[in-house]
Amino acid sequence: MIETIKVTDKQKKSRRNRNIALGLVLAGLVLLFYIITLVKIGGLGS
Amino acid sequence: MTVINSHETTGVDGGFQLSEAGARDFFELLKPRVMSLVVFTAVVGLLLAPGQINPVLGLISILCIAVGAGASGALNMWYDADIDAVMSRTAKRPIPTGRIEPREALAFGLTLSVFSVTILGLAVNWFAASLLAFTIFFYAVVYTMWLKRSTPQNIVIGGASGAFPPMLGWACVTGGVSLDSILLFLIIFLWTPAHFWALALFKMRDYGSVGIPMMPNVAGERSTKGQMVVYAVLTAAVAVGPYFTGLASAGYGLFAAVLSAIFIYCSIAVWRMPDGDEKMIAAKKMFAYSVFYLFAIFSALLADHFAGGVAAIAGGML
Repeated sequence: MIETIKVTDKQKKSRRNRNIALGLVLAGLVLLFYIITLVKIGGLGS
Repeated sequence: MTVINSHETTGVDGGFQLSEAGARDFFELLKPRVMSLVVFTAVVGLLLAPGQINPVLGLISILCIAVGAGASGALNMWYDADIDAVMSRTAKRPIPTGRIEPREALAFGLTLSVFSVTILGLAVNWFAASLLAFTIFFYAVVYTMWLKRSTPQNIVIGGASGAFPPMLGWACVTGGVSLDSILLFLIIFLWTPAHFWALALFKMRDYGSVGIPMMPNVAGERSTKGQMVVYAVLTAAVAVGPYFTGLASAGYGLFAAVLSAIFIYCSIAVWRMPDGDEKMIAAKKMFAYSVFYLFAIFSALLADHFAGGVAAIAGGML
């Protein structure tokens, strides 16, 4: 027997909250690696 | 949309349990209050270290140390969820309250550990990254999984994990350790038993109810109080150490001596407290002062360092 999952409003809200947080963390990581690269290349250049 | 077979994981009401955890719950897993002390002492270690570090890399170092400390906190909460649920101080943490599943906390802690160590290694240096990895391992495995439930010396040895941050900050700049960074480590390491046993004295029943062998439950109040005085004296001895090694000025030495004398006085007040005292006022005062004491000692080291720098600049201009 197969049944679909019923997602409650609270679960939807918290999932959205987690997704936004994860998105921000990933964007932060991209920015972090970009900055590290700039600093490292700049350091090597000098 | 996801579909499942009805025989798969179900909740207590027969429905599939989807997480209701928010970002705030995951943040709570990082033990933010502990993390703030870690960040502060690591910043002091980083700024006191001889040599220079690119300010951006300095910020990244502190970020990695903070995340690494948070990761070890998450791993600690994952492993200790059973006893956290029983103790009043920890019962409202995310796992005991059911907001976060234990496996989510484990995955979260492991992921943050790997990322913090790797980024610190790639961006700063691999010695500091190795030390951070060892710190996480020491707190999550040596302290949490082994010492905490097996010996009353748990927080004496386990306290090392809380003492590594200034050494980590130092290592980010110098790529190594030195007598001065060991002194910074020792200040926190020797401070921890007196600080934690003050808490354990007035939370003795909590620890006893979950079978954690804290010193007051195993060796008794009298012995614990005596050992607290010994550790307070040892902390005082190393707290003035930076003056003798030349890391700090005589002004700092005097300030640290006064603060340390009060620290010893508080520990003696605890020692004089009658066994079985219900209110434990002296122990509560000792606990509160110990937090202030550590903060003040490291703040004084930082202030002394910058005052010395300003004086050197002013001297150069004259």
